[in-house]
Amino acid sequence: MKEIKILFYEFNESVKIAFDQIRANKMRSILTALGVIIGILAVTLMGTAINGIDKGFDNSLSMIGYDVLYVQKWPWANVDDWWNYRNRRRIKTDYAEQLNKMIEAAPNTELITAVPQGVNIKSVKYEDNQVKGVFLLGTTDEYPIISTVDLKEGRFFSTIESRTGRPVCVIGYDIADALFPNGSAVDKVVQIGGVQCRVIGVLAKQGKFLGLFSFDSQAIIPLELLQKHFGETNNDRVVVKIKDKTRTLEAKDELTGLMRRVRGLLPDQKDDFSINEQQAFKSTLDPIKSGIALAGLFITGLSLFVGAIGIMNITFVSVKERTKEIGTRKALGARRRTILMQFLIEAVSICLVGGIVGLLLAWGMSMAIGAAASSFPVSFSFDLVIVGMAASILTGIFSGFAPAFSASKLDPVVALRYE
Amino acid sequence: MERAIRPKGKLVIQIEGVTKEYKMGDEIVKALRGVSLSIYRNEYVAIMGPSGSGKSTMMNLLGCLDTPTAGKYEFNGKNVAAMEDDELAAIRNKEIGFVFQTFNLLPRSDALANVELPLVYAGVSGEERRNRALAALESVGLGSRVHHKPNELSGGQRQRVAIARALVNNPSIILADEPTGNLDTKTSIDIMNVFEDLYNKGNTIIVVTHEEDIARHARRVVRLRDGLIESDKTISEEYLMQA
Repeated sequence: MKEIKILFYEFNESVKIAFDQIRANKMRSILTALGVIIGILAVTLMGTAINGIDKGFDNSLSMIGYDVLYVQKWPWANVDDWWNYRNRRRIKTDYAEQLNKMIEAAPNTELITAVPQGVNIKSVKYEDNQVKGVFLLGTTDEYPIISTVDLKEGRFFSTIESRTGRPVCVIGYDIADALFPNGSAVDKVVQIGGVQCRVIGVLAKQGKFLGLFSFDSQAIIPLELLQKHFGETNNDRVVVKIKDKTRTLEAKDELTGLMRRVRGLLPDQKDDFSINEQQAFKSTLDPIKSGIALAGLFITGLSLFVGAIGIMNITFVSVKERTKEIGTRKALGARRRTILMQFLIEAVSICLVGGIVGLLLAWGMSMAIGAAASSFPVSFSFDLVIVGMAASILTGIFSGFAPAFSASKLDPVVALRYE
Repeated sequence: MERAIRPKGKLVIQIEGVTKEYKMGDEIVKALRGVSLSIYRNEYVAIMGPSGSGKSTMMNLLGCLDTPTAGKYEFNGKNVAAMEDDELAAIRNKEIGFVFQTFNLLPRSDALANVELPLVYAGVSGEERRNRALAALESVGLGSRVHHKPNELSGGQRQRVAIARALVNNPSIILADEPTGNLDTKTSIDIMNVFEDLYNKGNTIIVVTHEEDIARHARRVVRLRDGLIESDKTISEEYLMQA
């Protein structure tokens, strides 16, 4: 108990001395803290960038949908034995109908509904304007069930339009923007791969998926229409919505069983289809993400390390300058621990002040970057404050320890005689 | 060596056959060559000697700043010679009040904070610490200057702060190393009067000095030469008999 009390008083005393010292040596303290400020600024900005990338990935993954499974010929993960996949039979869009019948008949199913999606790449034209390489999706009126996309204006196609393959289309934000810069796209007739379609809806802006593929440059038409003009492709797929996204595995198992029945596979035959979900993407992306994070933090960490060396240097100077004071304190009963703590706290205080300033700057800068370039992924968070503060304290302890230890080991006789 | 004065109180310091050797490069310097000394409660001892006599080494040992190479040193019956750094620190904190030639006050702390410092290390709580420090400053006549920083005080006042700091933890001995070395004659007399006062109140005082004028204030004079005790006499033997 007594020991804890002593420790507490010594701690208070040390904090007081530390701030006295910082005040007494303002210029020196500011310059030393500058190293830490820059270090923490760099690390925190890197942190905001990593956070931003993280958020971007999450956004992108949520575009795929957390509660849908994709039945496709190819898996989303990288495969080494691609030849085993190449010869798989195509996924036919009418599997959706068969699946839906089975889902309806199953009592405790994890699945809600299956929606077919035919896929193609075509150009979209309106008068003299043209958008090439548009991701063309043929689907049914049930598409909104499995999609996270909202409509900016207009409507999605109806059951009748879907069944009869009417020449109508819903286009992405970027296509609408490119073809109809000054006005509504709705009710205009565009040419999709040479087929005339009336625009009935425009999708809300979604942003890019991982910066590569944008849902904003897709066009959606009835599946009937797509297949009438462009036929089937290897990329056709069936998208199945599940009931509970926490039970993806069970849903996947069930869907696998259903698909095996649809495909007529015997028990000893391997699956000749893939069931994909965003998790597969995530597991491919996560190592990339952490690679970027590690490299970034390492490089910015170096600048913090330089700051730490500055602190170490100045603490050594401080110990040298105050050798006599250390001797006096020891004569008055300061133990090794007391002296060690005093100088550690001094180093940590400078680091902490530097860290706070660095964090404030980082916060300001990430705000500024966010305002100036909204597409640049920065995201400041409370976690970063905690990490930043912890990093400053650790830097202080790391850089203060050697000088503080040398101070604590000083012989009081020698220290008192020091001039 | 015969001890010249009659013991009055409890034995505080007992040194027997103490030696101290330093390594200076390849050479071994013998600063003390076998010294024996006993100091009792409420003695007022001056330790004298020319430079190189082992006076400083003696003071470091007495002050538990250092331990002897060989020999016995007991402080209040505790074997100090075998203690570790932190145990010595505790002894210094509780049993010894230091007064230095250069005052050794913390420049950025006011008089009160300087006097409180030994109590901080002793784990005395804030309010009691303050009260005891104020009382100590009062007792050396600085009750009105408790919030002055050292650079706002005269040399004599600084030394009074240092004496208050030495007193504040009620030590067994007050150990003063050339306490008037940086003071003018008049102020020196003032400071020696403070010591006289403390002695009369029952404190044990050891003054290390090379000035005869200062030693005259003590009641017993121990002279060192070449690492040995040359003489150990009462003040009357030392000075009055000469006269």
